[in-house]
Amino acid sequence: MTEKIAVAGTSTIESSPLVDAPLNGAITSNAAANREASAVAKRRATATARTRRWLRTNLFSSPLMGTLSVLTLLLLGFALPPLFRWAFLDAVFDGSNRSVCGAGACWAFIADRLEQFAYGRYTPAERWRVDIALALLAGFAALSLWSRNPHRALSVLLLVTLCPAIATVLLIGGVFGLPFVPTDQWGGLSLNIILTFATVVLALPLGVVLAMGRRSQLSVIRWSCTAFIEVLRGVPLLTVLFMAMVMLPMFLPEGVTFDRLVRAIIGLSLFVAAYFAEIIRAGLQGIPKGQYEAAAAIGLGFWGAHRLIVLPQAFRLVVPGIVNTVIDLFKDTTLVSIIGLFDLLGVVGQSIKDPNWLGLGREGYAFAALVFFICCYAMSLLSLRIERRIRSASH
Amino acid sequence: MAGKSRKGGSSLWPMKASHALLMQGVALLIGGLVIAWFAQNAASNLARRSMQLDFGFLGSPAGFSMPFQILSFGPTDTYFMALVTAFANTLLVSAMGVVTSTVVGLGLGVMRLSQNWLLSTVSGAIVELVRNTPQLLQIVFWYVGVLQVLPQARQSLSFGDVAFLNIRGLFLPAPIGGSWSSLLLITFFLSLALAPLARRYLPLHPRRSSLLWLVPPVLLIALAFSLKGWSLPALKGFNFAGGMVLPPELVALWAGLSLYTAAFVAEIVRASVEAIGKGQVEAANSLGLSSWLTLRLVVLPQALRLMIPQLTNQYLNLIKSSSLGAAIAYPEIVQIFAGTVLNQSGRAIEVMVIVMGVFLIINLAASAALAQLNERVALKER
Repeated sequence: MTEKIAVAGTSTIESSPLVDAPLNGAITSNAAANREASAVAKRRATATARTRRWLRTNLFSSPLMGTLSVLTLLLLGFALPPLFRWAFLDAVFDGSNRSVCGAGACWAFIADRLEQFAYGRYTPAERWRVDIALALLAGFAALSLWSRNPHRALSVLLLVTLCPAIATVLLIGGVFGLPFVPTDQWGGLSLNIILTFATVVLALPLGVVLAMGRRSQLSVIRWSCTAFIEVLRGVPLLTVLFMAMVMLPMFLPEGVTFDRLVRAIIGLSLFVAAYFAEIIRAGLQGIPKGQYEAAAAIGLGFWGAHRLIVLPQAFRLVVPGIVNTVIDLFKDTTLVSIIGLFDLLGVVGQSIKDPNWLGLGREGYAFAALVFFICCYAMSLLSLRIERRIRSASH
Repeated sequence: MAGKSRKGGSSLWPMKASHALLMQGVALLIGGLVIAWFAQNAASNLARRSMQLDFGFLGSPAGFSMPFQILSFGPTDTYFMALVTAFANTLLVSAMGVVTSTVVGLGLGVMRLSQNWLLSTVSGAIVELVRNTPQLLQIVFWYVGVLQVLPQARQSLSFGDVAFLNIRGLFLPAPIGGSWSSLLLITFFLSLALAPLARRYLPLHPRRSSLLWLVPPVLLIALAFSLKGWSLPALKGFNFAGGMVLPPELVALWAGLSLYTAAFVAEIVRASVEAIGKGQVEAANSLGLSSWLTLRLVVLPQALRLMIPQLTNQYLNLIKSSSLGAAIAYPEIVQIFAGTVLNQSGRAIEVMVIVMGVFLIINLAASAALAQLNERVALKER
């Protein structure tokens, strides 16, 4: 650390002659030019010195480190150029079937299939409805996260009530002159986003109930909530999804069937609610006892104290944890491709079996990975920012 | 009354005993009614298919074979044997994944912590890339994008002429057991399991009892000597003979599970070491400890204490994620039971109860074992 400060210090001192140069511009132009040249030379010298120092501290601090650096460089030198050549230099970006593909990546496949990757088999003429629904959700999500929004609580409320209602009507249609689009035509990345959003909206209230139930004085409620949470946290999501798909219909009256998408959302919600519950419980435990006592002292009852004092503070504490769970959920929505829904991963898997584009698995999955990476990385940066804001607010 | 303080403020709003009883009674009643409704629906649904809740199908012959198994299993064996075999396959890939993810994760974590800019940047890039893409995507990518485009057997990738990788899988040398080998192998695993117990309960001097740790390595060396030799894979015609083969599904699942978990292990290692106060290292330096001794006596013991609960979670996640093998047809428990057996027998409730029960048992057992370990390294406060 000290090394870095020293480097920064020298750089400001050494660069001061450059700042001086224009001040002395009154002297003859020849001398000025000379000065300029020497200043440039000096700057170059200090730059090389700085580079050398940086190299010494960061790459060659000891013989072992030097060897490791050289080995890593060699490894990167072997791996990166062919990868670069594959992905860009030899790549084909345009074409209508796999006959255009050469030695490099065949991004023409992605370009050709981009619409399906985004919307699945959603009726092409109606895709603007998906755009509007997602834009609505994104807009309200941004409003709810914007710290200087004067009506934040209202935005959150609308985000979890009005938005899902409008989005559902828009996406399904069948009313207001919108043609009906059955859910088995939904797909692509928009399905991942819809699944994530619907699951969060359902799982968050359930998570609060489970978290409070697990802390209840009433042993029947406490034990049943604990059992629910621990069972769902102890089994893989895939088995919960299978359960929702094959076991749930067995427990419903004859003739009552849910849509496959709804069943997937139920499975995801039950699973994620158990994780939310544990995060919220941690938040509740993080509230000092004094807060409860103060709430009781001003005459609030159990529910009033929780609604007005405890839960708002607990929620603020657990926002980063919730965002991290949402990131995991977003990644895990790809599991629905195993149970026969066509999310982005499912659409890619289907597309690479298309005779026109047979065997382009690498390109397809690399593209899907890039899309997921961008979304998840952005969300994790957001989570870090929120965490920092909470930390600075609490100090 | 530790229990009361744990439950936050609920003791501030005491509930009348009669109230509490009433509310629990109502909760029980509602829960019971819902369950009864579900049960009645299930019963009528089953009756309509002229079936009943019955685990007896486990005794009937399965009639299918698995593409890969470590236990012997054939179509004439029962569904119960299919369960055991698939369970063994799940355990196999989980155990392989736990070992490699720990090793790779420690490596990545140490790289991330190093003063070397290049190493920490490369490690950071790998960790972020892996953590921010879905695990299922990675597993499918390993399978479709890497293993299925490997060359045929004749053009195999060779590793020192003892291991070969081609489209049919990874061919490795296999040990040929001598007369004592299997006995020694069992004793080795027993000694691993019993050494901590013996150390705790045998009335030995602490210094002498640490000699017990020499037993497993000695057994391992004995095992190596007891082998008759190694069977090397060799190209015979269009395929390899000899040695053993890990099928591409297993390799892809193994790689996907290992790398994904390794990225999280790396983050745990980094965060735990960085959480050790700088003052600790400075204090150790001012005592004159070398950097190795600082690491061994000051940093690692404290970091380990922070790491173990989090690592436990990652290992449990890995075991649960092994179910993703179903996506690439690795014959693990979800693929075999929730897939093949469910389709054949149509027994949705029984099959799902068995699959979820198996994972619950693995998870409870593993978390109990690791909680024991955690208790041993946890801070002993007076």
